[in-house]
Amino acid sequence: MSARRIVLTSGKGGVGKTTTTANLGAALAKRGHKVVLVDADIGLRNLDLVLGVEKRIVFDLVEVVEGRCQLRQALIKDKRLESLSILPAAQTRDKTAITELQMADVVTQLGELCDFVLIDCPAGIEHGFRNAIAGAAEAIVVTTPEVSAIRDADRVIGKLRERGLPLRLIVNRLRPELVRSGDMLSVDDVTDILSAELLGIVPDDEEVIDTTNRGEPIVLQPEARLSGIYDKIARRLEGEVVPFTQFAVPGFLGRLFRKAG
Amino acid sequence: MFEFVQRFFGKQPSSAMAKERLRLVLLSDHLSLAPEVVESLKRDLLEVISRYVEVDPSSCDVSFEQQDKQVAMLANIPIVAMRNRPTPPAAPPTTPAPPPPEPPPSLDPAGASAAVADEPEPEAVPDAPAAAAPGAAAPKRKRRRKRASGAPGFSAI
Amino acid sequence: MREAVPEVQPAADAAPKKRGRAIVVTSGKGGVGKTTTTANLGAALAATGATVVLVDADVGLRNLDIVLGLEARVRHHVLDVLEGNATLDDALVTDKRVSTLRLLAAAQTREKDDVDTSAFRDLIDSLRERFDYVLIDCPAGIEKGFANAIVGADEAIIVCTPEVSAVRDADRVVGLLGEGRQIKLIVNRLRPALVRRGKMLSVQDVNAILRLPLLGVIADAPDVIVSTNKGEPVALDQTSSIGAAYRAIAGRVTGTDTSEPEIPREKSFFEKLFGSRS
Repeated sequence: MSARRIVLTSGKGGVGKTTTTANLGAALAKRGHKVVLVDADIGLRNLDLVLGVEKRIVFDLVEVVEGRCQLRQALIKDKRLESLSILPAAQTRDKTAITELQMADVVTQLGELCDFVLIDCPAGIEHGFRNAIAGAAEAIVVTTPEVSAIRDADRVIGKLRERGLPLRLIVNRLRPELVRSGDMLSVDDVTDILSAELLGIVPDDEEVIDTTNRGEPIVLQPEARLSGIYDKIARRLEGEVVPFTQFAVPGFLGRLFRKAG
Repeated sequence: MFEFVQRFFGKQPSSAMAKERLRLVLLSDHLSLAPEVVESLKRDLLEVISRYVEVDPSSCDVSFEQQDKQVAMLANIPIVAMRNRPTPPAAPPTTPAPPPPEPPPSLDPAGASAAVADEPEPEAVPDAPAAAAPGAAAPKRKRRRKRASGAPGFSAI
Repeated sequence: MREAVPEVQPAADAAPKKRGRAIVVTSGKGGVGKTTTTANLGAALAATGATVVLVDADVGLRNLDIVLGLEARVRHHVLDVLEGNATLDDALVTDKRVSTLRLLAAAQTREKDDVDTSAFRDLIDSLRERFDYVLIDCPAGIEKGFANAIVGADEAIIVCTPEVSAVRDADRVVGLLGEGRQIKLIVNRLRPALVRRGKMLSVQDVNAILRLPLLGVIADAPDVIVSTNKGEPVALDQTSSIGAAYRAIAGRVTGTDTSEPEIPREKSFFEKLFGSRS
């Protein structure tokens, strides 16, 4: 059984790669898939914190590569979703601690154990980025509708295309009211500029900060708005054609109906 | 289920949770990022412990584990032998019998002084031998640092 | 005349010249506002009359030019200068609004590995001879880009948002910066309403962990997105309270403002209703 191996990347930091990796992974696990999340941000790990497993780390990616433990020993099973596991990054090394080949090897091995491997890529386009994409067969580019983020996403898309990696886009932290006032680019603007296929649109939601504080992905709260959104993205990843939700901004019609979902 | 209940009742503000989680995770990060400090700690620890028991430094391991509400240091230190053959606990040093009261100055000067002269000196010398501690081998003043090596472990008590 | 990177005079030989200050703006975590802070702090400092140069050290992912609205004016970048293909004067772009503000852009189509660390340090040193302030916009992360950006700066400003990952990464960077530099903190994107509701770390929470002198606190507001879109630093907007916060930070950097940083307060009901310009 060979899994789909997907890297989540962006170029720009802080656009929501880690949050997206955690929540999309959880959404897929909720739908019954076996999912392994890999934190490729060696030295600045955060996927463990976002998922609330930071206290259970025993071994990490670098130790696996160096043969100081078995791969299975390093995997942390999520206590809430039984088909979700995470392979944490090392905190105390830097990204040159492993090579692209070693990373690809680990990801291939993981691919034998599950249905989806999601790799959380560090910011930037340096060594860490190259490692993170080394094991992947496809990519999700996460961007926000802001000038600098789009510019960086564009650079990253260029690099991914050089490698022949198929990619799709998630537009994160959309604020429909700012799109309305013309202060934020619309999703259409973003997909036009980047010429990339859209996988999902995630509106800005202040609850995310709260859930990160707790280490509980928002997808674990079925009543939360973003739960449904990540579920749709998971379904699109499975291959289903799911229409994007319309978010109406209260008080206006027409121009305000921006695609979101 | 318990978590569900917890969510309804003791729901702590998440900022407080975040602060506490950060404190622990950073402590853990700092410890793993300061190997020289950990090495010094390990050396000093072994040195202190070695005063009491003999250890094999090469199989000693010191690590840090993040537990639920704290970061704990775990030390695994195989003990090879006690440092000193333990002696049965020494009976507390008995004070020599108090000198008999001075005979009243006296009716019988010759006899009394003769009697007094025979008594041992009333100032007790702490190491005063045999009379004080029945059964013990003469206690030495200085503790030996290390016995001659031989079979590990205790000699039979 | 081709101005190759000038030789650095050993301090002992040179006549004591007043050197500018070199400050690196860093964070660890990406997306917390380093570039925005560099641009706005630089603009605010320049507006006081100081000569300021902003150096974009994010090779391959440059954004300082866009945030300042100067992207169309960039002809040469740092690597061109370091490799001797352009003079410093060719590469320095003067700001549209404040004449004492200059930008030295990063290369967009190169890699951070292409930058020679000691040459970069020499460049910063030579910039200090010409400018009162050299602000270096550091890339995210702690890889080579970071290592290059901090070299040559003896002061650092850490930008941190009140979120767990940002604080954790900031802590790591403080450790990496080591003992030799003066380090100060700016807390960015505070949301006072969320803090009150216990859903966001407070400034005090953040600084209880980082324990750095606080330069200032900036509230989260759409002003900044708007100003980035337009390429007009909000620090130059006299009607904006975010701008005022940056100007106060500049005052603390120069030493003219000795007040304690103000913690932004929650908007009142009326302000929310009638949407006061934040």
